[in-house]
Amino acid sequence: MTQVQRAPQPQQKGEDILVDVKNLKMYFPVMQGIMVQRKIADIKAVDDVTFYIKRGETLGLVGESGCGKTTTGRCILQLYRPTSGSVVFDGQDLMSMNAQQLRTMRRRMQIIFQDPYSSLNPRMTAGNIVGEPLVVHKLVKSKQEYRDKVAELLTTVGLNPYMADRFPHEFSGGQRQRIGVARAIATRPEFIMCDEAVSALDVSIQAQIINLLQDLQDQFNLTYLFIAHDLSVVRHISDRIAVMYLGHVVEIADRNELYANPLHPYTKALLSAVPIPDPIVEAQRERIILQGDVPSPLRPPSGCVFHTRCPIMIEECKGGVPPLREVAPNHWAACIRV
Amino acid sequence: MATLLEVKDLRTHFFTPEGVVKSVDGVSYDVQEGETLAIVGESGCGKSVSALSVMRLVATPPGKIVGGQVLFEGQDLLKLDEDEMRKVRGNRIGMIFQEPMTSLNPVLTIGRQMTESMELHLKLNKSAAEKRAAELLAMVGIPDAARRLPDYPHQFSGGMRQRVMIAMAMSCNPKLLIADEPTTALDVTIQAQILEVMQRVAKENNTAIIIITHNLGVVARYANRVNVMYAGRIIERGSAKDIYKNPHHPYTLGLLKSVPRLDLPKKEKLDPIEGFPPDLIALPPGCSFRPRCKFAVEKCMTEFPPLQAAGQGHTAACWETQKVNASFVQSQKGA
Repeated sequence: MTQVQRAPQPQQKGEDILVDVKNLKMYFPVMQGIMVQRKIADIKAVDDVTFYIKRGETLGLVGESGCGKTTTGRCILQLYRPTSGSVVFDGQDLMSMNAQQLRTMRRRMQIIFQDPYSSLNPRMTAGNIVGEPLVVHKLVKSKQEYRDKVAELLTTVGLNPYMADRFPHEFSGGQRQRIGVARAIATRPEFIMCDEAVSALDVSIQAQIINLLQDLQDQFNLTYLFIAHDLSVVRHISDRIAVMYLGHVVEIADRNELYANPLHPYTKALLSAVPIPDPIVEAQRERIILQGDVPSPLRPPSGCVFHTRCPIMIEECKGGVPPLREVAPNHWAACIRV
Repeated sequence: MATLLEVKDLRTHFFTPEGVVKSVDGVSYDVQEGETLAIVGESGCGKSVSALSVMRLVATPPGKIVGGQVLFEGQDLLKLDEDEMRKVRGNRIGMIFQEPMTSLNPVLTIGRQMTESMELHLKLNKSAAEKRAAELLAMVGIPDAARRLPDYPHQFSGGMRQRVMIAMAMSCNPKLLIADEPTTALDVTIQAQILEVMQRVAKENNTAIIIITHNLGVVARYANRVNVMYAGRIIERGSAKDIYKNPHHPYTLGLLKSVPRLDLPKKEKLDPIEGFPPDLIALPPGCSFRPRCKFAVEKCMTEFPPLQAAGQGHTAACWETQKVNASFVQSQKGA
């Protein structure tokens, strides 16, 4: 089977693809030895992942801890240099760029981190945190312009411009995440990777930040890669969703299609494991409880990586890694049993 | 059903250099034998402190239980001396903590940690305790349990460690199990496993559970009754069904409306609660939810509303319960 056949392709040739990831692999070497370091194994954090993100859309990336979703995102921004594969951003191949070229590209791709407590420098004021990207990318010419820009950014994310002189510890968790958002949009990027951007927040605050992200997307025509483990949040914000398990994408589909008609047994189990805040609905729901734990990526199972926990496993599943197939129009799943 | 635990007007304050933090300020509730009670609320609302106070595990200083009663099987735990209290903890009341990574001792084997409380409370000898430890581990679904006893915590995954915690908490057949965010640190598929195990084991032993969580879905699936806390007080209580289908407090209403739901059509915009939780050192006068409340009236500025009846076994601390409820019912019709 050739690689090209396996890759989910956009519906029509003419569609505007902003991020195109093909056969991405990121292996981290495991070293042993005190004096002489030898490589004894690879952790296959991301193993042959292919997807694309259209301009202006939100791709949700879900999966459990350690499945490689954050690594995938960081590989797109080239914060890790992938082992192999290709990452094309707006027609330009990022893998072949040097550090200098990448820095200019990074103005167009930004990131929002999970933890609003550790991702802001405690010794910098909110204003300088938000303004630093403007200085790094030389987007402002004078001090006055810098101050105006920072004030404008703070206002955009729902903070008061006078808060620019405060330090991170003077803000609540939700406000800190707003600072993180303001920093990400400072350079007017086209693409933002939201890495568990709302996971650390309380529900009432989480909803505020989700609404803010959606408003900004409309306002600046942003493209998001929204990485999260909370399936209800991902459904709310995404246009399309990719499900990852142990370094592999096991299913990609449009939001409504994925939730209405999940095909891969892992997706089904994941959806049924999410408790719904309604006792009457809960009492009637069918639950698929997966047995066991996620295997170590150091020693992934042979064949389909999910076969050790899969409720519909058959002998053939141990044979080879099932490729992503287009089971229904624009609905891709990597399972031989669907 | 008999009342197992009755907490009356509990007040736990923390005396910090910045001022007095009233983490729990006049909380009363009861737990019936064998039932599952949930305490829900956001970070800093006092839900964990209210449970730690029951076990008298609040660090003193800076914390101090400044008032109230905790009646467990008729006995006031706050009046016991430290020796008597030690006989209650881990014996008649078991506890599961949030972080399975940090709540097990990394330098002791699982077997040692499990047998310790049984040798102490049940007066078992070493081999009997080990035998029971293996049975308990098997009960919570750890394969090959007897052979895992000499293993150390780092040899277990997060989900497995939380199973060990449940086995440990259940080892002396407690009447009450307090689970403080038992699955917050775990993935959803593991969360489902752990909660099922916890519920099954508790049912088999007729153990009541207090589950402390911020996850409204978990509450809906497992709890019989619910206490909703905000800024150190219970602001609404009732059966799980009443709380979700018939909320009477604007905070409960706000929580329910701010989470996206998997089973309903997607909404264009979420309905967040505006503003942010108050500073517990400088609570606003009157109702502490007033600054974020859409229903606030004049009276809310001055008087904290007492819990008022909203139905059978259902109370809410709000002056405008009828209006709040009507607004919720209206919004459900629209959906």
